[in-house]
Amino acid sequence: MDAVCLARLQFAFTICFHYLFPALSIGLAWIIFTFQSFYLRTGDEFYQTVSRFWFKFFTISFAVGIATGITMEFQFGMNWANYSRFVGDIFGAPLAAEGILAFFLESSFMAIMIYGANRVSKKVYWFSSLMVAFGSTLSAFWIIAANSWQQTPAGHHLNNGRAELTNFAEALFNHSTIIRFLHVIDGALITGGFFVVGLSAYYLLKKQHLAFAKKSMLFGLVFAFMASLLQFGLGHAHTIQVFRTQPVKLASFEGLWETRSEAPLLLFGIPDADDEETKYKIEVPKLLSYLSGNSADTVVSGLKEVPKEDRPPLLMTFLSFHLMVALGGYFLFISALGLFAFWKETPLENPRLLQLLFLSIPLPFIANEVGWIVAEVGRQPWIVYNLLKTKDAISVTLPAWQILTSLLVFVLLYSMLFCIWFFLIKRTLDHGPVSHSK
Amino acid sequence: MGTWQIIWFILVGVLLIGYTILDGFDLGVGFWHLFTTGEKERQSLLESIRPFWDGNEVWLLAGGGALFAAFPPVYATVFSGFYLAFLLVLFGLIIRVIGIDFRDKVDSPTWKQFFDYVFAIGSIIPSLLFGVALGNVIRGLPLSQQGDFVGTFFDLLNPYSLLCGVTGLFLLATHGGLYLMLKTENGLRQKIKSWVTISWKIFLALFLIVTLWSLIAIQRDGQWFSTAVSLLSLTAIGGIYFFHAKGKSVQAFTCSCLNIVFIFIAVAGALFPFMVRSINNPELGLTIYNSSSSELTLKIMFLLTLIGMPLVGVYTFYIYRVFRKSI
Repeated sequence: MDAVCLARLQFAFTICFHYLFPALSIGLAWIIFTFQSFYLRTGDEFYQTVSRFWFKFFTISFAVGIATGITMEFQFGMNWANYSRFVGDIFGAPLAAEGILAFFLESSFMAIMIYGANRVSKKVYWFSSLMVAFGSTLSAFWIIAANSWQQTPAGHHLNNGRAELTNFAEALFNHSTIIRFLHVIDGALITGGFFVVGLSAYYLLKKQHLAFAKKSMLFGLVFAFMASLLQFGLGHAHTIQVFRTQPVKLASFEGLWETRSEAPLLLFGIPDADDEETKYKIEVPKLLSYLSGNSADTVVSGLKEVPKEDRPPLLMTFLSFHLMVALGGYFLFISALGLFAFWKETPLENPRLLQLLFLSIPLPFIANEVGWIVAEVGRQPWIVYNLLKTKDAISVTLPAWQILTSLLVFVLLYSMLFCIWFFLIKRTLDHGPVSHSK
Repeated sequence: MGTWQIIWFILVGVLLIGYTILDGFDLGVGFWHLFTTGEKERQSLLESIRPFWDGNEVWLLAGGGALFAAFPPVYATVFSGFYLAFLLVLFGLIIRVIGIDFRDKVDSPTWKQFFDYVFAIGSIIPSLLFGVALGNVIRGLPLSQQGDFVGTFFDLLNPYSLLCGVTGLFLLATHGGLYLMLKTENGLRQKIKSWVTISWKIFLALFLIVTLWSLIAIQRDGQWFSTAVSLLSLTAIGGIYFFHAKGKSVQAFTCSCLNIVFIFIAVAGALFPFMVRSINNPELGLTIYNSSSSELTLKIMFLLTLIGMPLVGVYTFYIYRVFRKSI
């Protein structure tokens, strides 16, 4: 394997692993904040117990998120020196801003939440939970803004062989920043919601901590349901933005080869990159045009608009996109079913539903990951869309064996981290909320 | 022209100094963690840094981010050039987080002992390698036309840089020990007091060798400046000993912080206007002028920093106040 391939593999591995944790932390942070708000308003210690319990999962995941996040900032310079030189004028600022404006906030209030419960007032504690949630969301904003500039660059010109900033606001709030930020945060809320729901279902199945588990599950279901519902609108709006600004990516979502109006929406099919056609198609006529531009006359670009070498890896983008959409539908369905059971006051009497909810915990993580695969693989061969190709972005004097070494180190280290994380999550779950609360 | 580059050269320096002073003490505590005995002592050490270490580490991320944003080619050259060294730094920083955060999650002596080692080793590796990296920066690197590092990994392990690494380790060990003098009591404090005295002596010896070596072997224009600042460092190092012997821990720790500031100023003086010097062809060196971002970016970053840093000051002050007594 060549250096570019190894460096890409390493980036894919480290970012996919890293992103398991921030998504969960952000979602949990807002749920914990909600419990804290109830506690502040009602003064009922029960809410404090609930909130402190879920906070334990938050801290474990947050630690892994920090540990694996440092890698990301180092990696741009280590593996992608030419990329760093090309985009630094624009891409560096959001990374620095993330540190200065978000991480300091997050880490300081995190310290209060972990160690300061007996040192600060209830209100300050509540405020800290808000700042932790806000800080982690803000940090996501800066990262999404930086990544969105790779997707839909704006506010720059090419000068001295690099992209130079001409308008900060345009670069920061480029065509895709806001919608992608909302889409990602909503995904995190779904992740947090299903995590709480799933673990509560585990207790209900085991008939442990019933009052606690019911309350947590209700909160989690409301979060998961609302976020899943919202995700339909956000996902749709994001797809329209992709249609407008990254037509080749959209064409690979749909396996659409020819540019046309009255484009159909694909329900099933297998795109074949070699034969340049999509096989075994089941389509809804005109729907893609209609969804993209509210009219059947909307012209949707096909993959053949660009030469073969400028198309993304097709099958991976295509499958990831459809898996993400299918999971989105499942989240709405299953959370609605859960809420319905609550409304009927029967959440305890349906072990199958509880099992299903428990087993659904990993699914939002998978949805987040495939969502990122859609975004990143779908942008290939470009690292910055239409400006810089991935193969030209590497650290050129870096020997491949060093990249391979670091890849192996990360695989081993992260596998260990995952086992420890899993073990601690399981342990926290087994200890339960009551015996462990202060 | 050039003012913004100088401002950012200083600001990146400030962030790195902030990192070294703040994360430096908790890295140093990690070093001493190896020498403590018994659960009580280990708890005291960990508790002295628990609420702070994460915020301290953010200074590195902020510094790295600022370097990326203000001087992208420098960030690119240094991070890709010091590839395996930075991989090890990452390895250390990652396992360290896990060591601190997960050690007390399970009540088993074996588990705790394992994570004690994880924490200590994870602290020592970066403490050592930051110095090696800085030594190489002072010395200069072989660069290609494009500004890429063209040496091998083993070129980075030259005697001068290795010595800088060991010096850095003892600098941080002393610094962390002085911090512990502020945060511990009774028997443990007595122990640490004698440890710091030893590590201070080792550091002083190493510092003198490195400084003389630098002044003799690495001839630069304007060397008087670095020499003068090194004398200030030496005064601060003397101050550490003086106050430490008298039991005035606050003053001793302050001297240690000042020493770190002076060391960075001396290094900055030796480099300026370069950030990475080229040892094969001086023309290829990366200066703050040929390697900066556009002026617009530098200005906007300055604005963000102007908004952000006072806030950082507020939270940092607040956290250190809330946790002024050990947890």
